[in-house]
Parts: sequence; C-alpha cells; structure tokens
Amino acid sequence: MLELAIGIIVGCCALGAGIAMVAGIGPGIGEGNAVAKACEAIGRQPESKGAVTSTMLMGCAIAETTGLYALVIAILLIFVAPNLLVNVLLGALAV
Amino acid sequence: MDKKKSRNFKVIDMLLLCLAALPIIIVMVLKILTEPASEGISLTGARIFFTVKMPLQDMYITEAQINSWAVILAIFFLCLYFTHGLSQKANTKRQIALEWIIEKTEGLVNGNMGTAFAGFATFIAAIIGLSAFSSLLSLLGLFPPTSDINITSGWALMVFILITYYKLKCGPLGYVKSFAEPVAFLAPLNVISEVATPVSMAFRHYGNILSGVVISVLLGAGLKGLSSTVLGWLPGALGEIPFLQVGIPAILSIYFDVFSGCLQAYIFAMLTMMYVSSAFNIDEFERRKLKKQQKRLNNYINSED
Repeated sequence: MLELAIGIIVGCCALGAGIAMVAGIGPGIGEGNAVAKACEAIGRQPESKGAVTSTMLMGCAIAETTGLYALVIAILLIFVAPNLLVNVLLGALAV
Repeated sequence: MDKKKSRNFKVIDMLLLCLAALPIIIVMVLKILTEPASEGISLTGARIFFTVKMPLQDMYITEAQINSWAVILAIFFLCLYFTHGLSQKANTKRQIALEWIIEKTEGLVNGNMGTAFAGFATFIAAIIGLSAFSSLLSLLGLFPPTSDINITSGWALMVFILITYYKLKCGPLGYVKSFAEPVAFLAPLNVISEVATPVSMAFRHYGNILSGVVISVLLGAGLKGLSSTVLGWLPGALGEIPFLQVGIPAILSIYFDVFSGCLQAYIFAMLTMMYVSSAFNIDEFERRKLKKQQKRLNNYINSED
C-alpha cells in the first residue's frame, strides 16, 4: 500500500512537471514573432541592424520570463517535491 | 620613453596573472577532492561544504558561494593586472583594451540612463563581469554560481534596494503615493508588481543558466548510452568507449555556456539600468532641491533681521 502511495506521488509530480512545461509554447510563439519582425525591419533598413538586434534580444529575454517560471516549477516538481511529499506522507503515517 | 620594461615589472605582471588563475585552480582541486564518485546521470545542486551555526537559521557555505568568491578574486587580480603600468599615453595593448572596455561601459550607461547616473558605469561593469565570468565557469566543468538561485537572488535584491533608494530620493511621501497610481484601489497590484521585479530578474538569470546545465547533463548521459548500444557488441574495454561524447556536446556548449551566459549578463545589466533610471524622477528631485534651498535662504534672511 505504501509503495503505491509513493508511486502515485512520484508519478503525479512527473506528470505535473510535464504539464507545467506546456507554458513553453507561449514564449516560443512570442519570440518567433519578435524575431520575424526584427528580420523584416533589418531587411527594410539594413543600416539599423545593431540597434534592432540588441532591442530584439532584450525583448526576447523579457518574453522568455513566463517560460522560465514554468521551468522553475517543473524543476521544483522533479527534484524537490517528491522528497518533500514522501516525507509528509511518512510523517502522517507515523502519527 | 624607454621601450624596455624592467625585470621587476615583468615579475609583478606574472605574479598578478598567476594570482588571477590561482582561485580557479583551487576551486577545481576542491571539486576533484570532494566530488563523490557517481554513475550515470548526476544532477545535483550546489554541494554544502560546511555549516555555520547561526541563531535563527544555520548558514550553509556551498559550492556556489565558494565559486563566486573565486570569480571575484580572479576578477580583482585581473583588474590589478590590467591597471598595472598605466601611462598617460596609451601605448600598450592592455591599456588600449582597458580603455575600450571603459569607453563601452560608459557609452552604454550614458545611452541608457542619462548623464545623471554617470557614476553607475563601474557598478554596471562589475555586474557584467561577475555574471559573465560566473556563467563561463561551466566551460571548465565547475559549478556555475549563477545556476544557484541564492546567488542571483542576492544580486536582484541589491538592484531592488537601489530602485527603492532612488524612489525614496523624492521623499517618502511621494514613494507611498506612487503606489496609489493611477487609481487608489490598484495599490495591492502595484505592491505585487514592485516585488515581482527582483523575483523575475533572479528567476530569469537562474533559469537560463540552469536549463543549459540540465540539457548538457542529459545530452552527455544520452550520448553515453547511445555509444554503448552502438559499440556494445565489441569485446572488453573497446565496447565502453563513449565515442559520441567527443565533440557533440561542445557545439551545444557554445550556445548554452558562452552565448547564453554572456547574453544573460548583458540583459541583467540592461534591466538594472532601466529599472534604476526609471525609478528616479529627476525633475521632481530638482524641484524639491530648489524648494529646500529657497526655504533655507528665507530662514537665513529672517534670522539676519
């Protein structure tokens, strides 16, 4: 019975991490749009390449933030949550 | 001007270079001595070297802290090396390189923050240098301090203190009032967005570097397994050669370690400049200063009478 409970905890943590990383879609689309527009701008005005590139990198880094929040959640779910939850379960059983 | 440098000068040069390399070598030796032997994928956080007893919570001295101290020491001695033997005319390669760095950072700060923050060039250069060198430590196989959230949180907290300091320069009342804009009932949201600034800065830097580390470890383990399945039928030690691990991880390392590390250093510095310069309302500050001077003058005139 205990093995089953621990298995459910670990499995659900892995599933949750996978679902959390669905958030990676958003930054992907957003950064793709940003780079496409930057390419258009450079094509139209090649002399402004430096300014456009640095602004684009800046914007990409900001757009990436939501994806990185998801990454942090996924990493917490994989590396931290299983130990924590199993300890909570064992503590509850001991009481 | 004599072209020949004295022997003393060269000896000090070599000494400074050795001192710059020494902390990194010490950290590498420390890693080799303390790393436990592991099989397969080993993806751990920073190892704890020792614990200092503290009243509220124990303080852990971890690999991340030791590595960042080593980076700080290395940059310190590198700076001493670069500034050694400065002359009024830039006639050595190192002085020309140094002047290029200083000109670039001053141009960056003046372009992004305005001339009111001219003194910030050293701070921004320090942030870029520390962050970039910390991320580049992973090229040597060491634990990059920026992939530990505690380190980046510390930096972000520093930036948050700077932002608050510059907001408070226009008076504590104005600072409290700025939360009630544009409407008073939005104050809780404004407080949240104020707190979210350092959190997102810390998570952005940490997440970017950590994702590179995780992908590198996974790729290394995957290539090892793949090469052992390809060559597994060969007898003895021949079947255990991880030939796929040669070269392929280096291509990803150029992106994740070199490009991403330097880009994140640049972005952290850019965000610092933007947040700090937008926190300071220079017109309001000048107006308050003028008002204060006027008041003091009036008091002086009154006391003279």
